[in-house]
Amino acid sequence: MIRLLILLPIVAAVATLLTPSPKGRRRLLVGTAGLHLLLTAGAWLMPLPTFAADAWLGLDHAGRFFLGISSCLFFAVAITVGPYLEQNRTGRQREADTGSIFVNASPAVFCACLLGFLATMTLVAASRHLGVLWVAIEATTLVTAPLIYFHRQPRSLEATWKYLLVCSVGIALALIGNFLLVVASAADDITAGSLVVSDLVARRALMQGPWLKAAFVFLLVGYGTKMGLVPMHTWLPDAHSEAPSPVSALLSGALLNCAFLGILRAHSICVAAGLGDFSGGILIFFGVLSMLIAAAFIVGQTDFKRLLAYSSIEHMGLLALGAGLGGAATYGALLHALNHSLVKAALFLCASSFLAVYRTKLIPRIHGAIRVLPVSGWLWLFGFLAIAGSPPFGTFVGEFIILRTAFVGNHVWAGCLALLALTIAFIGLARAFISMALGPAPANLKPVREEPQQFWPPLALLSLALLLGLWIPARLHGVLAAAATLLKGGVP
Amino acid sequence: MTSGIDSLLILLILLNLILLGASRLHNAVRMVAAQGFVLGALPLLMQSSGAWKAALLLGIGSALLKGIVFPALLFRAMREIQVRREIEPLVGYASSLLIGVGGLVVCMVWGARLPFPWPVPSSLVVPVGLFTAWTGLFLIMARRKAITQVLGFIVLENSIFLLGLLLTDAMPLLVELGVLLDIFVAVFVMGIMVFHINREFDHINVDQLSALREDAS
Repeated sequence: MIRLLILLPIVAAVATLLTPSPKGRRRLLVGTAGLHLLLTAGAWLMPLPTFAADAWLGLDHAGRFFLGISSCLFFAVAITVGPYLEQNRTGRQREADTGSIFVNASPAVFCACLLGFLATMTLVAASRHLGVLWVAIEATTLVTAPLIYFHRQPRSLEATWKYLLVCSVGIALALIGNFLLVVASAADDITAGSLVVSDLVARRALMQGPWLKAAFVFLLVGYGTKMGLVPMHTWLPDAHSEAPSPVSALLSGALLNCAFLGILRAHSICVAAGLGDFSGGILIFFGVLSMLIAAAFIVGQTDFKRLLAYSSIEHMGLLALGAGLGGAATYGALLHALNHSLVKAALFLCASSFLAVYRTKLIPRIHGAIRVLPVSGWLWLFGFLAIAGSPPFGTFVGEFIILRTAFVGNHVWAGCLALLALTIAFIGLARAFISMALGPAPANLKPVREEPQQFWPPLALLSLALLLGLWIPARLHGVLAAAATLLKGGVP
Repeated sequence: MTSGIDSLLILLILLNLILLGASRLHNAVRMVAAQGFVLGALPLLMQSSGAWKAALLLGIGSALLKGIVFPALLFRAMREIQVRREIEPLVGYASSLLIGVGGLVVCMVWGARLPFPWPVPSSLVVPVGLFTAWTGLFLIMARRKAITQVLGFIVLENSIFLLGLLLTDAMPLLVELGVLLDIFVAVFVMGIMVFHINREFDHINVDQLSALREDAS
């Protein structure tokens, strides 16, 4: 089952490279994404298959949860890729903001890399061995780099170079963290070293504290770079703003979560070994710091894709805070990860429509979106409510659980600072989103008839986020609760 | 056996120092290639539990990749884009060397004090590993050419490989090979990017890549 889930996109990636017609490629992409989603849904509905305790690959509760997010988002994004590639044909094009002339990379390579991205994300979710997890996360970096450099122009080149170098160096540090973890687990018996997560949790009494602490710091810095925690976030706004919008949606909604899973696994090992206060404290610190810095950059941001990117950093900070607080907040963090992915992907897909019509990324130049783009404009407004965490959207529930845990536990300061950051971000987001959506439409733009393929995916994602705010299905609650328990958290 | 390991490790230290002071990119690439061969020999000398085959595979794989494939790739890149030396590095060569020696002292003292729980093949492994990591990170930060940054990344990976040799029992061969494969693809993709940077900007100084700063937007 897992092998099928990983191999399916790889085979499809090779097949897209060999398919000459754009239509065939598009069918292959959407078909593979749909099949992957069906298989993932099967994995959710069936009871968890049993696997050997030392198996490297296997879907546990947490892996199944994150696989669900990735697969769902990928399907939604895959539908929009076809029209996107239609609009961005090969040939010389002009970037509106900088005036530079550029060409686009080959669409076949683009589709193949997207499918490769799906395969590596599946591997991340299914890794029970931290070495395999490392290989998979580094592979996501490599396979997404060509996606960011789809528009062949200097700015996206700069973003890609930063992304490659910063993330590769960061992830190299995570590998040192893995080594330290082996030392921590095998100090008394050289042959007992292991990197299988459940082994490490089971050996909790024998773990060497100082080595484990060092391992956690390295793993956090390494995977934190990929997740976009401040101060290792420098690549993130650039990559998210320069990548094609469907890719930004996947980066923000799925890739950051993959790195978060790595951090959650490391944290669960620390908690099992009785070092939860240490690792949790560090997570809370970086979480709150990320939220505050991101909020500061959200206010006064003039580029709407960068705005969304900084908002992602803020939400990643919130996830780190939730994981660090532990208890019910872990459940809240997982729920919030799901809701943030749905909403952020929807917003990036709307941003794609904006960019296609307005031909600019600058917020001051965009007005009256609800007149020009009747569907995407309204989605943008509702998406603002969702991303700012207002009820009745699901994001509110996650944020509420996390903040409540902070105030009930002895983390009043962290709660207050997080609340401050959320408020600042709300103001910054409100100013930008409302001025873009409302107001008179520019004189040279007539209302556009939008393609159903472009507005249905964000509409569906946003509706899901709304639904999750009103009602959490029992099945989802079961998976969330089991994943939170596995990651040494609790259920509210 | 220990003396062999020690002399190879001292060779690594020297290569790092030469790398820090190398102004010609050709020399720098040669030093990194030499490091690749040294690292290829170490698994064979350091293996203890009779896992000859794994050590041989790892050694040959590493030597091939880091000693031959990467340097060939980088030489080819340098020929195509006609770049020979690092002009005006952010930190001068003499100061780089001084900082390097300082870093060596720190790594020696610090590495010797780390209470490694197992008997290690040589007391130099951990300090040299740390120093190599330090050299790699320094090259990435203090040099402007994209190629030198790629070299820094390879040196950083070399240090991790060296430290990982202490843990061959716990890191299964398959995972080690996966790591090597990832690094190979990483350097390959970076090599392609170097070409593109050269074409877009007519040079490969990464400090010109600064359009995406917050103050610029």
